Amino acid sequence: MSSALTQRFPGINYGFIGGVCLVILSLIGMVETFNQREIISEVITMGQTLLLLTAAFIAYKGASRASGTGQAAVIGLTTGLVTAVILALLVLLGKSVNMRQVFINASPVLFQILIFQQEELWVGILLLLLAGLITGLAAGLLARVSARPRSILITGIFTLTFVGMLQDTLSPVFSEWGALSGFNELLFAANGLSISGAVGLFTAVIAVKLLWNWKSASTQTAVRSMPPQARKRLNLVFAIIGVFVLLILPQVLGLFLSEVLTIIGLYVMLGLGLNIIVGFSGMLDLGHVAYFAIGSYTIAILTSPELGFFSFTFWQALPFAIVMGVVTGILICTPVLKMRGDYLAITTLGFGEIIRLLVLSDFLRPWLGGAQGIGKIPKAAIMGFEFTRPQDLYYLILAGCLLVAFIAWRIRDSRLGRSWMAVREDEDVAQAMAINLVSTKLKAFAVGAGFSALSGAIFATKLSSVYPHSFNVMISINILCVIIVGGMGSIPGVIVGAAALVGLPELLREFAEYRLLVYGAVLVAMMLLRPEGLWPEAQLARELKGDDATAETNNQTPAAAGSQS
Amino acid sequence: MLQKLRERITATDIIMWAIGATLVAVILYGSAATLIKGAYSGSHWVDFIIFGLAQGSIYALIAMGYTMVYGVLRMINFAHSEVFMSGPYTAYYFAAYFFSSGLLDAHPVLSLVALFLISMATSTLIAVLLERIAYRPLRTAPRLVPLITAIGASFFLQYMFRGFYGSGFQAYPVIRGLEGHLALGPIRVLKFQLLIILAAAFLMVALYQFVQRTKIGKAIRSVSEDKEASALMGIDVDRMITMTFVIGGAAAGAAGVLYALMFKQVHFFMGFIPGIKAFTAAVLGGIGNIPGAMLGGIFLGLVESVGPSLFLDGLGIPAPYQLKDAIAFTLLVLILIFRPTGILGERLAVKKA
Repeated sequence: MSSALTQRFPGINYGFIGGVCLVILSLIGMVETFNQREIISEVITMGQTLLLLTAAFIAYKGASRASGTGQAAVIGLTTGLVTAVILALLVLLGKSVNMRQVFINASPVLFQILIFQQEELWVGILLLLLAGLITGLAAGLLARVSARPRSILITGIFTLTFVGMLQDTLSPVFSEWGALSGFNELLFAANGLSISGAVGLFTAVIAVKLLWNWKSASTQTAVRSMPPQARKRLNLVFAIIGVFVLLILPQVLGLFLSEVLTIIGLYVMLGLGLNIIVGFSGMLDLGHVAYFAIGSYTIAILTSPELGFFSFTFWQALPFAIVMGVVTGILICTPVLKMRGDYLAITTLGFGEIIRLLVLSDFLRPWLGGAQGIGKIPKAAIMGFEFTRPQDLYYLILAGCLLVAFIAWRIRDSRLGRSWMAVREDEDVAQAMAINLVSTKLKAFAVGAGFSALSGAIFATKLSSVYPHSFNVMISINILCVIIVGGMGSIPGVIVGAAALVGLPELLREFAEYRLLVYGAVLVAMMLLRPEGLWPEAQLARELKGDDATAETNNQTPAAAGSQS
Repeated sequence: MLQKLRERITATDIIMWAIGATLVAVILYGSAATLIKGAYSGSHWVDFIIFGLAQGSIYALIAMGYTMVYGVLRMINFAHSEVFMSGPYTAYYFAAYFFSSGLLDAHPVLSLVALFLISMATSTLIAVLLERIAYRPLRTAPRLVPLITAIGASFFLQYMFRGFYGSGFQAYPVIRGLEGHLALGPIRVLKFQLLIILAAAFLMVALYQFVQRTKIGKAIRSVSEDKEASALMGIDVDRMITMTFVIGGAAAGAAGVLYALMFKQVHFFMGFIPGIKAFTAAVLGGIGNIPGAMLGGIFLGLVESVGPSLFLDGLGIPAPYQLKDAIAFTLLVLILIFRPTGILGERLAVKKA
């Protein structure tokens, strides 16, 4: 692309990026797979939404640099057009050559989707170009709308996409609600939202948003001006409501959603554990799955009759599992005490893999079960009540999560928590401030590993069996993603991250093959656009923001990069 | 206070040295037991060593990319293993085409050269895009940020290629001229292993000369010494960083074809293990040090192929070959603990680690 051309039509380079993105999305098969679900029944599918939103985002990014509404519209239009032209070229190429020998997802079905299922090729191509122009124009104009109505519109669009996407999970739940099941018929069609439901939902979201904007400021001042005692009472009321909701949740949501909640809960515990090591103390640990595995295997060895060494109950074995986790944490931490950053990451990754490979090998098979794993792990029981169904396990996991979150929250503001954060900010200064690096780091690993071992212990009784394959490096990466997306060092962030990155993919099971692709993209995008996470911890956010600001001023002089450490 | 701290550190040091000594003792005992038992004949050991050399030279080529990027950016390019995978996976489709059209049998040298060029071009393209999109905006960010970006990019690329080409193993076509043994005096060598060793050696020498002798190579080395001073000397730092990714990508692409020739198959996940091994090799040789990476790669390849039989067989461990990856990881951990500067390393200050 010559710079004169991009000068004349500033949307062209964005259009080019957009076109390449959409071609990639199409060729990796996401569009075709996502097309099985409809967002709004008979109107728009999930695959089309994916393409539209991606194109709109890039056009929006391009247009937000424009100085006037006219220019924004032009940039939007050019971006949309160029994007659509590139996609149209893909369709023309795919229609004339058989690309499937190389790109297995370049199927005729995909090209039919891209040209809106038209019989005539040229009609479809025209429609595609038109769609590109409209999307580009809409996104370009959106960039010029003032902030408040824009955020309302964007929230509306995302809520619609989200609810429509989850139709087949939400609809069965709503239909069991007796009197409220009429609501279900109004909102959903057989696949996706019904048109009336979509309009209704959109209006409702806008109304709520407006009300929120209108009332939130005055409510906040009202709460702030309350006497402290009344505020305390208010907090208590909210806490009681929160606990009540958490307690009845599995009864309302049914089997499948409870199962999803249990998985989220396990990841919340793991995430809180890793959060102490990475988020609080700033040591990047890529072998976190090791502690999870240790917790699971300790329970398995101590309780399973299959090996026959011990026959403890779950509750007798649980303390051993946690202690084993803590000991492993300390053992792994001792050699890496002096390492920082990259080396620490690679070493912990190595430890995680060593543990998995040892468990997997024939060498330790008589003790650890080898590749076949260990089965027949008894369920946890209290006074004859067994935690078997997901709805029951939920309470066990909820108790674990609350305990872990409480400990993490209390430690964070203690002397120990402060020393972790000091170590995270600057080890040398922390040491100069009389913080004992060795014991501080060891404690971080011990606590983090203990949390994860607890999670592993519950995981073992949940599945009744453990296999080495459940403990691969992907779990470590997943946990890392959870805390990064949620916001490093932030306790509510871990819960948000787990719900978004573990809960959502469980609900969208048929798209499981794209899970790690999306994880990877989300990690990169988060680091580029919002390194502080969804629910950031106040201090870390300031720090990252501050660094961003200096980064922007330093961009002109590449030389400044070298001095970072 | 300082006194107390010093005491504590020596205590952990003592523990660590004890662990190290135990491991060395186990290795020595195992080797002695294996040799006394005599389960393997001399030709077995020769086979192991040649296999190790071939595998090690592949690791060495990949390690160049890690070590050079670390040199200029002070970051581990986690996604380098996917740069390595992308080349041979793309070249596979050309190889299959050459095979079905008979070109591979008629002109094996020509088609091999073509495969190398295609693979190197793809890997280079991926490496450059990666730098431009994911790493360049983060050059001044805190250290953890580019590292996490690299991990994310690695997964994204892996699954992008899986989406493009599918999740199955693709069998590389067999080149007839490379089958069978070649007798070099008393030693019989598999032809393709010999080709791998020679090709890798040629590439390594060429790349090393490029970095040492040419103006661009000099500029790259100067950027890795000091970016600010280089910029003042009129070196385009951004362009040199891109060049580093180009060289690393090309080496990884070439290593990818060699890997495919050796193991005869490609897969979207094939980069992960060689990537970590190559990183180990780079650390072994002293990260940031190019000859070190080559040496480390070959050493690691040898340890991996000879090690399981030599160290573990004598200890009576069943199926020791299953533990070869565990040996490599243990070696990595030990090196990082006891000699983080690597065999030849002097560049890396303790602070940077």
